[in-house]
Amino acid sequence: MGSQQSAFVQAIQLGKRVTTSEGPLTILDDINFSISTGTSVAVLGASGSGKTTLLGLLAGLDVPTEGQVFINGHDLGALDEDGRALLRAETIGFVFQNFQLLTGLTALENVMLPLELAGATNPRSLATDLLDRVGLGDRLTHYPNQLSGGEQQRCAIARAFAAQPQLLFADEPTGNLDQQTGKRIIDLLFSLNREQGTTLIMATHDESLAEHCDRRLHLDGGRLVNPAEVISDVGC
Amino acid sequence: MLSVANAEPPVTRIQTQTGFVFSWRMLWRDWRGGELRILAIALIIAVTSVTAVSFFIDRVERGLNQQATELIAADLVISSSRKINHDYIQMAKQRGLTLAQTTQFRSVAVANDKPQLVEVKAVSDGYPIRGELRIADAPYEKDRATQAIPKRGEVWVEPRLLQSLDLKVGDAIHLGARTFSISQVLVYEPDRGGDMFSVAPRVLMNADDVAATRLITTGALVNHRLLIGGTASAINDYRRYLKQRLQPGERLLSVKEGRPELRSALERAQRFLGLAALISVLLAGVAVATAARRFAQRHLDTSAMLRCLGATQRNIIRMFSLEMLWLALLASSVGCVLGLLTQLGITRILDQLLLISLPAPSFRPVILGYATGVILLLGFALPPLLALKNVPPLRVLRRDQTGAPVRAGLVYLGVLLSMGVLLYWQIGELRLVSYVMVGMLATLLVLALGAFGLIKLMNRLRQRVGVAWRFGLANIARRPGSSVIQIVAFGLGIMVLLLLSTVRNDLLNDWRHSLPPDAPNHFLINVQPDQVAAIQKFFDQQGVAEPRLYPMVRARLMKINGRTVSTDDYESDRAKHMVTREFNLSWAASPQVDNTIVAGKWWDKTDYGKSLLSLEARLADTLHIKLNDTVSFDINGTLSKFRVSNLREVDWDTFHINFFTVVPPGVLEKDPASWVTSLYLNSEQKGQLGQLVKRFPNVTVIDVAAIMDRVRSIMDRVVMAVEFIFLFTLLAGLAVLYAAIQANQDERRFESAVLRTLGARRPVLLRGLIAEFITLGALAGLLAGLAATALAWVLAVQVFHFPYQFNLNVGLVGIAVGVIIVGLAGVLGTRTVLTQPPVVSLRQSV
Repeated sequence: MGSQQSAFVQAIQLGKRVTTSEGPLTILDDINFSISTGTSVAVLGASGSGKTTLLGLLAGLDVPTEGQVFINGHDLGALDEDGRALLRAETIGFVFQNFQLLTGLTALENVMLPLELAGATNPRSLATDLLDRVGLGDRLTHYPNQLSGGEQQRCAIARAFAAQPQLLFADEPTGNLDQQTGKRIIDLLFSLNREQGTTLIMATHDESLAEHCDRRLHLDGGRLVNPAEVISDVGC
Repeated sequence: MLSVANAEPPVTRIQTQTGFVFSWRMLWRDWRGGELRILAIALIIAVTSVTAVSFFIDRVERGLNQQATELIAADLVISSSRKINHDYIQMAKQRGLTLAQTTQFRSVAVANDKPQLVEVKAVSDGYPIRGELRIADAPYEKDRATQAIPKRGEVWVEPRLLQSLDLKVGDAIHLGARTFSISQVLVYEPDRGGDMFSVAPRVLMNADDVAATRLITTGALVNHRLLIGGTASAINDYRRYLKQRLQPGERLLSVKEGRPELRSALERAQRFLGLAALISVLLAGVAVATAARRFAQRHLDTSAMLRCLGATQRNIIRMFSLEMLWLALLASSVGCVLGLLTQLGITRILDQLLLISLPAPSFRPVILGYATGVILLLGFALPPLLALKNVPPLRVLRRDQTGAPVRAGLVYLGVLLSMGVLLYWQIGELRLVSYVMVGMLATLLVLALGAFGLIKLMNRLRQRVGVAWRFGLANIARRPGSSVIQIVAFGLGIMVLLLLSTVRNDLLNDWRHSLPPDAPNHFLINVQPDQVAAIQKFFDQQGVAEPRLYPMVRARLMKINGRTVSTDDYESDRAKHMVTREFNLSWAASPQVDNTIVAGKWWDKTDYGKSLLSLEARLADTLHIKLNDTVSFDINGTLSKFRVSNLREVDWDTFHINFFTVVPPGVLEKDPASWVTSLYLNSEQKGQLGQLVKRFPNVTVIDVAAIMDRVRSIMDRVVMAVEFIFLFTLLAGLAVLYAAIQANQDERRFESAVLRTLGARRPVLLRGLIAEFITLGALAGLLAGLAATALAWVLAVQVFHFPYQFNLNVGLVGIAVGVIIVGLAGVLGTRTVLTQPPVVSLRQSV
């Protein structure tokens, strides 16, 4: 399929069902879309609509019960957990709502972590440069609990871009921040995104935030509400 | 422009760096974050206690090996209860071997009218053949080596004899029929090494003076030794010659055999101290397991993030395993150094008892130290850490995802295996390892059940106390698992210390009280037949109830039911010892009051003169002798056969003279006998003993109280060394407490923040913490007191057969120790909960 080759991310008939005490529960159902390289996409939807589950499946953090996900031509379903880990190390970065900085490590060490894992030769200078870039040059040795929410998220963004990922997932990146700080964070995220030409997939319930993105996917009750538009968008 | 845009692209494979370098970095970061401290402390405690014992044992062992020839003062020694066979001496001379002779016996020295039991050693020229004597001009002055032996008419004595008789060098001392001048202080004597528990001070004299003392009389207990030196081949040749000819009662001591009694004492010490150290190791293991669980819990996010960043499950396991390995190696290094220092303490405590010079520590215990550290950490900490590989990367999005926990069975298996390996290392016998393991597990189970019961009981009081105490008691009750572990860990440490201190003294006192007040406190041995009447009269004049004297004739066991006895016939050490020792045959018309006939019947007048034998029942059992069996003894060179006509049980605790073997009157009267008795002397009558010894110089008086005091002072030293090792058990208990406190610290912080937000003032929270830890300590102390009392009761009633007086103080001391140590340590460990502003705790817990 030609569309598969030009798309960086592709979901085909993606579904996730879980069994609960009250019977089977469908979290995602028949999700189809593809996203080309360098595009920024917002996944919109109310709480419980399946945004986080979709992000988990696309990033290979979780496995679907139906359908397939392709990242840069790799079928995630064909890879085992270690294979998916390798793909993440090579290709993917994350920014989370609750920042997910490791509390025992300083800001600098948190940003160094992906570089060290990838075996970069000069993780310290790369991480210092990045923190400088996000405005935390004077907070290198501070621990997460010594940083404000906005500073923690800037640190998390520096970490996400440290390994120069081709694909970045952001899960409600401003969800824990006030409006003004959130706006600054989004500006930073998108400016770095543009500079590195990263493909960005961002889950959010904030319409104004979604407006920064090239495209929008609306989830409701585990289904895409504008599937026709999505499919026709392939290759843009 | 972003600077990283120009940077080289990251390497696209996760490299081996995730192993070594990265794990070092993680180690440093976790250490800085305080995550590893309790693990390290627990490891250091364990390694220190194991290496301290190991360094000590190793030094003594190597000291024994290096000084093997010195320990017997020769290359080969013939030891005999009779005079050394002249043929042996002739043959040795013909082979060109160097010879020296020693004669050792106990006697009473008198000076200033005070008697003192001494161990006399008379030596000939040339003694010692290996090693050297060291003497000094006055007690505790600088000593020097000498090639000489005491001149005739002079003796060299140990400092403690001078002390006990209030003497100085140059003074006179009476030994038997002769008076000697004390010319030197004896500081070191090479072949004294084995007499680790010698009760009486040494007097060294010239062999040519022995006859003049008239101390060696018929039937006297004397050890004659021929010391032999020469080339290895000549010694081997001579040994072969001897092997064919040695008689019962003659024994060869050589470098190879070393000093078996010292070896077996060392072996027992090794096992006991090793096991003592192992209890600390096990408690440290509990601390490690508890701390590792918290470590794993706190690293769920790290693992999820690492997985999210592309680390594989193998990377995670490798990284954490390596991190733990580095920690184990570092902590073991510190432990080994501390073990070396601690060992100096043990050596100092036991120095006077060892009587050998110890070589510098070797490297061997270090290996054991590192092995203990690594096995402990990997065995106890790895199972919870392995669970980290199961953390799903999805946790970064959904915090409720923790992954499949490691099965508890796996954890326990790891713990059991590690325990088994460590025990095997310490004990070396698979069967004993399994016994000890079952015993330990059973003890722990009983203690845990006891602790659980106490917690449940305590919880009932909750409704009757104020808010602070209710909060404290609730904290104990709602984490029953953790509370049980803390109580047992501490209880074990306190129990051992109670046993060694309070209970030991109680047992000794109870035993002493179980003896009648007029139980004999003196023994008289070596009394000659013609002195019996005179001695009875002497005591009669002193107002002492006329003592009954018993005859004894020395004999060697040769045959049982016509078959020659040999040590090879028996497995037990006691039996082997019994067949080689000399027996004292006595005769009596009636059995002693403290004897009970359990088989056969005692003789009547018609049996006098018949070759019948009454045997002590336990001895008969040990040597497999039954009623009506025949037993042959060599008495003074003649073989005499006896039929076992009855078996007796003897109450040895009465301190009355008793014999294993008794025959009817009219059988042994013509054989050379010496007489013995035991009697009670009050302090006034005791003063007359000097006169007795002067009048009957060959008679040896043994003061039981003095011996008991000496035994007690030796025991005190040994117990002190053991207590030293058990201090680590208490420290390990503290480590468990801290690990448990840490494990709940986040929860505590949050609760305390909530309570303070609700308006609780800090003093109320502090009182709650105090209540919690005081109660934990009290429960641990109470449990320890109960367990120590139960053990003491078993020891007293079941093992030593005397009534045990329950001592309430044992429980009270236990509770006091628990309350003070646990209360202080607990409150200190949790005080940050109070100092941290509640808003910080609440924010962190989000």
